[in-house]
Amino acid sequence: MSDSHLQSPFDVEAVRRDFPILQKLLPKGLSVTYLDSGSSAQKPQCVIDKEAEVYENYYANAYRGVYRFGALVDEQLEGTREKVRQLVGAKQTDEVIFTSGSTMSLNVVAFGWGRRHLQPGDEILLNEMEHHANFVPWQQAAEQTGAVCRFIPLTDDGRLDLSRLDEVLTTKTKLLAVTGMSNVLGTINPVKELAARAHAVGAIIVVDGAQSVPHMTTDVVEDDIDFLAFSAHKLYGPSGVGVLYGKHELLDATDPLLFGGHMIDRVYRDHSTWAAPPAKFEAGTGQIAQAIALGAAIDYVSNIGFEAMHEHDRRLAEYAHQRLNELPDMRIYGPHLEHKGAIVSFTIDGAHPEDLAQLLDRRGVFVRHGHHCTMPLHDLLGVSATVRASFGVYSSLADVDALFDALQFALGRLRLA
Amino acid sequence: MADDLTIDELYEEFEDLGDWDERCDYLIDLGFNLPQLPDEAKIDPNMVHGCQSNVWLVAEMKPTEPPTLEFIANSDAIIVNGLIAVLTALFSHQTPERILMIEPQEVFARLGLERHLSPQRRNGLYSMVDRVRQLAVEAATNSS
Repeated sequence: MSDSHLQSPFDVEAVRRDFPILQKLLPKGLSVTYLDSGSSAQKPQCVIDKEAEVYENYYANAYRGVYRFGALVDEQLEGTREKVRQLVGAKQTDEVIFTSGSTMSLNVVAFGWGRRHLQPGDEILLNEMEHHANFVPWQQAAEQTGAVCRFIPLTDDGRLDLSRLDEVLTTKTKLLAVTGMSNVLGTINPVKELAARAHAVGAIIVVDGAQSVPHMTTDVVEDDIDFLAFSAHKLYGPSGVGVLYGKHELLDATDPLLFGGHMIDRVYRDHSTWAAPPAKFEAGTGQIAQAIALGAAIDYVSNIGFEAMHEHDRRLAEYAHQRLNELPDMRIYGPHLEHKGAIVSFTIDGAHPEDLAQLLDRRGVFVRHGHHCTMPLHDLLGVSATVRASFGVYSSLADVDALFDALQFALGRLRLA
Repeated sequence: MADDLTIDELYEEFEDLGDWDERCDYLIDLGFNLPQLPDEAKIDPNMVHGCQSNVWLVAEMKPTEPPTLEFIANSDAIIVNGLIAVLTALFSHQTPERILMIEPQEVFARLGLERHLSPQRRNGLYSMVDRVRQLAVEAATNSS
């Protein structure tokens, strides 16, 4: 099948056995080739068990009851908060806020921080590879504050053109929002360098870690990141829960977006005061069992190790490029392998991505097609849609072969081969 | 073959088809045989929005007695073209009043294609149905 240098640094077959959904057979005995982890990752048994454990053994609302279930829930939630702190390398647990996901996290920054600090004429620095969740909130914040969005130019191969950063990063820039890893191109952005350059002009940096946090080591202190957003569900954890990391002093200077229970310090008839972070940003009953189970997901990936996972991704991407380029009229978008993670977006001349995705599904190969919530990027690429294969810790070289075979089948059906 | 296809012929064809794989292959055949819209008709006003693929749709009133509508639509995705063939077989050569009485979801369910026609799916077929109905309403209003 493949060269030995492409073999994963860990036992992928053993990892696959941890994911019950990957053991299921589709009709006609087809096995599942799940290549949409960039959209949402599958869950290992330990995460599924952890969520059930909460409901079966000690479920209660969080931060309310002194009774023993309530106390256990609080303890477990705070245990997860500590695991997240370690995962991202934060100094303090009160810098870790549970949200509903990356989108919510980024909206908290755009409106909680942005509306308070952005002035007319201030500049927000974006780029065209951002996911809409790290793009549209800034457009909106700009509209509401009179700030202006500017864009770091991209190179032809889909990287940030840092040689032109000075053209757009100036003392007018108040905030630089950037993805750690492009959800389409797979481009890994140099966040540490960007943070230093942003700070040098007095701007803050907001990193969308939805794709990068599950796939590589994150260190907000080492990289000097001001805000970081990510989602549990792409990290093999439950859906509906995510994280906003913010530097303590910045969270203090950020307004809450949601008002209600738990985020309150004192409510008077005519005004209210807020609790300190993280409670200030955790109004209402959150995703209790899900947030607790995020802790199990962090344990799971930490046990495999981020260095090993990153290496695994690198090898998968290399093999995917190698195999896909065997197909005629294949166009893979994004930079050279050394600059990207395990996301491969492509088009094939004459084959509509929607047809390809539907035909791949018939072979049990699950990929995403469309604009992947990056319309400005697709405008730049000059295509309305791409097919995206995105890999996870359980993805194997055999999955790449299955993708290749299914694409050959699809091209045959579309009378292109 | 798609040109003169009637919905009854489609019912017969689909009855002989097995699972989704066979239905899908048949839709691909229908898609390849779908009458082509001329390029000059593939313009923004004819575009059906809400689709992941591009879909253009035009309607023409035929001077039959009573007058009937004919729909021609194209997508850049082949399977969607197959589904368009089903929709045009269903709606074309009917009076506007009759078109407005058709329940396409029932027809799609009978053909085993229900998962391809729902408000939640963004392959645009539902938007196409909305456009067909809108054109039928306009035609009915103009002729009355």
